[in-house]
Amino acid sequence: MAADNMKEPLFSAKNRKLLSTPLGRENPITVQVLGICSALAVTAKLEPSVVMALSVVAVMGIGNTVISLLRNTVPPRIRIIVQLTVIASLVILVDQVLKAIAYDVSKQLSVFVGLIITNCIIMGRFEAFGMSNKPWPSFLDGIGNAMGYGWILIAVGFVRELLGSGTLYGFQVIPQAFYDAGYVDNGMAILPPMALIIVGAIIWIQRYKDRELIEEN
Amino acid sequence: MQDLVSIFVKSIFVDNMIFAYFLGMCSYLAVSKTVKTSVGLGAAVIFVLGITVPINYLINNYILQPGALTWISPTLADVNLSFLSFILFIAVIASMVQLVEMIIEKFSPALYSSLGIFLPLIAVNCSILGGSLFMQERGYQTIAEATSFGLGSGVGWFLAIVGIAAIREKIRYSNVPAPLRGLGITFIITGLMGIAFMSFMGIKL
Repeated sequence: MAADNMKEPLFSAKNRKLLSTPLGRENPITVQVLGICSALAVTAKLEPSVVMALSVVAVMGIGNTVISLLRNTVPPRIRIIVQLTVIASLVILVDQVLKAIAYDVSKQLSVFVGLIITNCIIMGRFEAFGMSNKPWPSFLDGIGNAMGYGWILIAVGFVRELLGSGTLYGFQVIPQAFYDAGYVDNGMAILPPMALIIVGAIIWIQRYKDRELIEEN
Repeated sequence: MQDLVSIFVKSIFVDNMIFAYFLGMCSYLAVSKTVKTSVGLGAAVIFVLGITVPINYLINNYILQPGALTWISPTLADVNLSFLSFILFIAVIASMVQLVEMIIEKFSPALYSSLGIFLPLIAVNCSILGGSLFMQERGYQTIAEATSFGLGSGVGWFLAIVGIAAIREKIRYSNVPAPLRGLGITFIITGLMGIAFMSFMGIKL
C-alpha cells in the first residue's frame, strides 16, 4: 500500500477533484444540506463570517486527518464518541486561540464557536470520508468541504453587510453622498431571516446553472 | 413561579431556537418532509433538551465555573475549568441520548420503532448543545429556571418543525420554479416564518 501511495503524485487529478467538487457540485451547504445552523447565524457582518470560515477550515483539515489516522484502531461501536472527542478538543483549541488573538470577534461569535462541535459537516465528512480513506486525501477532502462551506458564508456575509450597514469588513463603502441623496440602509438585511432568503437565492442561482441538481419536489 | 412561566414563554416565542438562532437547522430541513415524522423528532428534542439542560446546569455550577469547586475544599476557589465545558457538555448529551434510547427501547418499543434513526441523530442536533451553551452564557439562577428554559426551547423547536412540515406537505401541489424546488423554497419559507416570529421580539416578559 505504501508503494502505491508513493507513486501517486500529491496533487493528482483525483486529489485535485477532492478539493474542488465541494466548492460547487457537492457543496456542503447548498447540496448536501450540512452545517446550516452556523452558516446563517454568524453572517450579519463580513468579519465574523471570515473568522468562522477559517476556524472550520482548521478544524476540518486537522480533524479529518486525525480520524483517518485512527480509522483502523477505533472499534465501530464507539466511533461517534471518538469523533466527538477529537472535534471537541480541536474546537477548544480554536476557541482559546480566538480568545487570545481576536477577543472582540470571539465575543460576537459567542456560542457558535462551541457549536462547531455539532456542525454536521464535520461529523458527516468524518463518517463519509475520513473513516475509510488515507490521511492525505482525507486532509484534502476536509479542507475542500470547509472551503465550500466558507465561501457561502463569506458570500452571505458580504451581501448582508453591504446592504444592511453599507460597510464591508467595517469600512464604509457606500459614499456619504448617497445617504445625503436619500439612500437608506436596508435594516432587514441585518436581521436573521434575511440570511435564509439569501441562501435560498444562492441555491436558486446554482441550480439554475446546474440543472442536474434540481429536485423532484 | 412567574419567572419560570415567563422564561418558558420567552424561550418558545421570543428566543425561538430555529427562527431567532438557527439552531438545529440540519435536521429541521432534512426531516420536515411529513408532519408525522417531524412530530416524533420534535417530541424527542423536547425530551432531551428538558433533561440535558438541568444536568449541564449542575455540572456548570458545581464543577466548571470559576470558584465552583469550593464545595470540595475552599482552597480550590481560584480554579476555573470553564474551558472544559464543550467537551463535558457534549459527553453528557451523547450519553443521555444513548440512555434515553435504551430506556425507550425497553419500555415502549412502539415509540422506539416510530422514532427510528432520529434518536441517535439528536446527539448532533445543534439546538441541544446550543441550549446548554446559552444556559451557561445567560447565567440562569436556579435549576428550575434552567429546566424551564430547556423545555421552552424544545417546545419552540417542536412548533417550528411541525409548522414547516405542514407547509411542505401543501406546497407539493404548487407550481414552484424548478431550480427552487425542495431545498430552495424551504429556505425562503423559513425566512418568511422567521420574519413573522420577529413580531414577538419587542415583547417584555
